[in-house]
Amino acid sequence: MAATGRLTRAVITSALVGPVTLVRVVIVVVLLAGWEALAASGLLYRDVVPSLRAIGSAVAALLAWPNYYFHLGVTAAEIGLALLTGGVSGLLAGLALGRSRFLARAFEPYLYYLGPTPKIIFFPIMIMWFGVGPGSKVALGALSCFFPVALSVAAGMRQIDPVLIRVGRSFRARSWQMAWKIYLPAMRHPIINGVRLGLGVALIGTLLAETKLSNRGIGFLIIQAYSLFDMPRMYAMLVVLFVLAVGANALVGRLGGLDSIKRF
Amino acid sequence: MSTRAVSLSRLAPAALGLGALLAVTAVVEFLIRFGFINRFIVPLPSQIAASFERLVLEEHIAHRFVVTFQECLLAALLIAVVGVATGALLHRFDLLRRATETWIAATAAAPTVLMYPLFMVIFGRNATTIVAMAFVAGLPPVILKTIEGLSGTRRVLIDVGRSFNLTQNQMFWKILFPAAMPTIFVGLKLGLIFALINVVGIEFLINFGGLGQLINDLAERYDLAGTYAAICFVILVSVVFFIVIERIERWLRPAD
Repeated sequence: MAATGRLTRAVITSALVGPVTLVRVVIVVVLLAGWEALAASGLLYRDVVPSLRAIGSAVAALLAWPNYYFHLGVTAAEIGLALLTGGVSGLLAGLALGRSRFLARAFEPYLYYLGPTPKIIFFPIMIMWFGVGPGSKVALGALSCFFPVALSVAAGMRQIDPVLIRVGRSFRARSWQMAWKIYLPAMRHPIINGVRLGLGVALIGTLLAETKLSNRGIGFLIIQAYSLFDMPRMYAMLVVLFVLAVGANALVGRLGGLDSIKRF
Repeated sequence: MSTRAVSLSRLAPAALGLGALLAVTAVVEFLIRFGFINRFIVPLPSQIAASFERLVLEEHIAHRFVVTFQECLLAALLIAVVGVATGALLHRFDLLRRATETWIAATAAAPTVLMYPLFMVIFGRNATTIVAMAFVAGLPPVILKTIEGLSGTRRVLIDVGRSFNLTQNQMFWKILFPAAMPTIFVGLKLGLIFALINVVGIEFLINFGGLGQLINDLAERYDLAGTYAAICFVILVSVVFFIVIERIERWLRPAD
């Protein structure tokens, strides 16, 4: 008992001050010190590199500002809707392409090559179609999200173990049962991966559209901070945004990946 | 007989894809002409095709293409040099790699392009901002793929190098780097794609430079057919760009 306790303690302490952690701490400290030195040096224009204290208090002020949550809510709703519309249409398109070699040969090259093109340039068209409000941002996010989901689902469907499909057939599953009980569970990882990629590009599409033309949302706040030259605030917003974006990405990955490994 | 069947099985889907594209265009043209779609929202496809001439003659699209291409090229060079060098460095110093690899992967997932207002403050509204943004966006995949490629070198190859008593330098240039080449190219391809997306996107957003600015310009003038034509042109250019990159990648990859 005592031995186990000592062992776990040893493991914990070695994990806490292991060489990797030590290097990480050193890197962070060096970066922060360098930043602070640059801020104090006056080499750059004033406020281009604000002091860490200024950024810290700007983050605190931002999080304490009730209106920020309204803008955050607007952007989150836009991204959510974009992910839903783009994701569902991407899923359907991917299922259609994954099922038929013929359709895949006919249409997948278009998706494959259109996928990585810059989507933000469609924004003028989206404004004409869906107006200057949140609609055009959702549309741009959905358009960005459609391609990775469709391609990932189509590729995932082709990689399903044929045995599973034969099992379904031998149970005489109907086509919706095949989709619901065989295809979707077997394609869970490619779908989650597609959603993860889709979330990333939907987020970028929506926020960039907000910086271009809008009067609410996080993108609007960032570009407003730019035009007011409120640099600490802009840094604060970028920091919070990056934490949220990386967190959302990790969350989707965790929901899809680790969860299933534990269960099987 | 069988060769005919094979060529038919290849041609039929391609024909369907192209046919569907043309059919949709024709249907849209029809719907607009008969007033089902407002022609002040969607211009006639024939008008869009006709305005290509205007883009070439009046909007100097060739010059804009060169401007965008130069920005991409500069960003790509920076990404390749810095990315591969950083990857090699992190591979060489394993502790550093273990400390920073997840951070680099996190920046690859973070929406770095949202930092463009920050870059505008630092560099001004000019080509430097565009190149710097493309550089930042394209760097992580090159670093990660370089590390992956170098670490994935087959044991046998390394042992061969050892048996020849190669110095660390020789080992890198004669064994590790060539072995990692295919993986590094996957990273470079991703980096180049990100660079192109960011160059055009930032040009559009900050209204400066080549093809991206053209779209913004035409949209602000409410030149509908021109805007659609310019977007089609940029999409076409990007698609050609991707196809060329893929061809180069296939050409450089050793036949295995």
